[in-house]
Amino acid sequence: MRYLLLLIATLFITNGDALAQKNKKRKKTGYKIGSIATDFSLKNVDGKMVSMKDYDEAKGFIICFTCNHCPFSIANESRLIYIDGKYKKLGYPLIAINPNDPAVNEDDSYEKMIERANEKGFTFPYLFDEGQKIFPQYGATKTPHIYLLQKTKKGPQVKYIGSIDNSARDIEEVTERYLEDALDALIKGGKIKITETKAIGCSIKVQKP
Amino acid sequence: MHTMKTQLLFIFLLSLAFLLPQKTNAQVAKKILAAGDKKIAIYDFNNFEKRVNQKNDTTYIVNFWATWCIPCVQELPYFEQLQEKYKSEKIKVILVSLDFPKQVEKSLIPFIKKKKLTSEVILLDAKNPNAWINKVDPSWSGALPATLILNKKHRYFFEKSFNFEELENEYLELTKRD
Repeated sequence: MRYLLLLIATLFITNGDALAQKNKKRKKTGYKIGSIATDFSLKNVDGKMVSMKDYDEAKGFIICFTCNHCPFSIANESRLIYIDGKYKKLGYPLIAINPNDPAVNEDDSYEKMIERANEKGFTFPYLFDEGQKIFPQYGATKTPHIYLLQKTKKGPQVKYIGSIDNSARDIEEVTERYLEDALDALIKGGKIKITETKAIGCSIKVQKP
Repeated sequence: MHTMKTQLLFIFLLSLAFLLPQKTNAQVAKKILAAGDKKIAIYDFNNFEKRVNQKNDTTYIVNFWATWCIPCVQELPYFEQLQEKYKSEKIKVILVSLDFPKQVEKSLIPFIKKKKLTSEVILLDAKNPNAWINKVDPSWSGALPATLILNKKHRYFFEKSFNFEELENEYLELTKRD
């Protein structure tokens, strides 16, 4: 009798679980943990070109895809300055890249990037992904979107992908500092506990074909 | 024999529990914010899940958006249009705003009034996006806009912008499936 009950209960449960799933998602492209990231040569807000190979002393990089207009990016700006200040001297400078096409949103133009960087006092390069060649290689889908890289013999290797922490909207509610935890682990030579995280962000703006 | 009867009764009651309609709506909002005559229900993630995963005959079109998200704002009229065109069917459009909770009175409510949105707008104020984004769909990176189309049997997820035709096609395809 007990088995009959179990059977009935199981029927109900599996029926629920068997809900047909059909996700019409784009095929996931871009870097995974362990991928070797390609270097870039992109124009900084000071007019100079910046590449990872220019940084002889660095042990790695915090690459942050971000932009001028997105409120989640704006809410993270002060955190980027703080993290750059803390980790640049430990060998992990931050490099911000604006991946958006300004033809879609003029607030993300190169000129507005210069304004924003000055206004906010960015301590790190803020590069323009002109022609949008770099962000698709990384697989960035939104701003902000972070890739933590560590230099290896093979090239800069992806160690962490995701968000700075678990509360982009409100710094008061942060309880997990994913990026700093990953950096601390790298610096100590330990294992990164959480290597990928998700957060809400603004989709990267590309002109429709 | 007595226990057999009790167990049968139990099975009957258990089955009944599954068949009974779930709590209809949805007075599950965490709180309601109001500006003038306009009210916005604020949901945490658990209550949001209850709100859209109802085992009834309705097809839910759940669009994640924000007032400052340009591609989201551009596609909102198509969701309104879909609701209007199929109003004789069991369709429910829910526009899930991810505006900052502090901006509800200043930005969200004035926006709804200005655009004369007729669909239900709720605010999702959910902690720990790293956990709840995967519960909406594991393929979602977290970028806005995003849309769920679901009924009690099927669930489609899209991380993309829609035009009306695409949205209508997905709705029709899902509702035609067994």
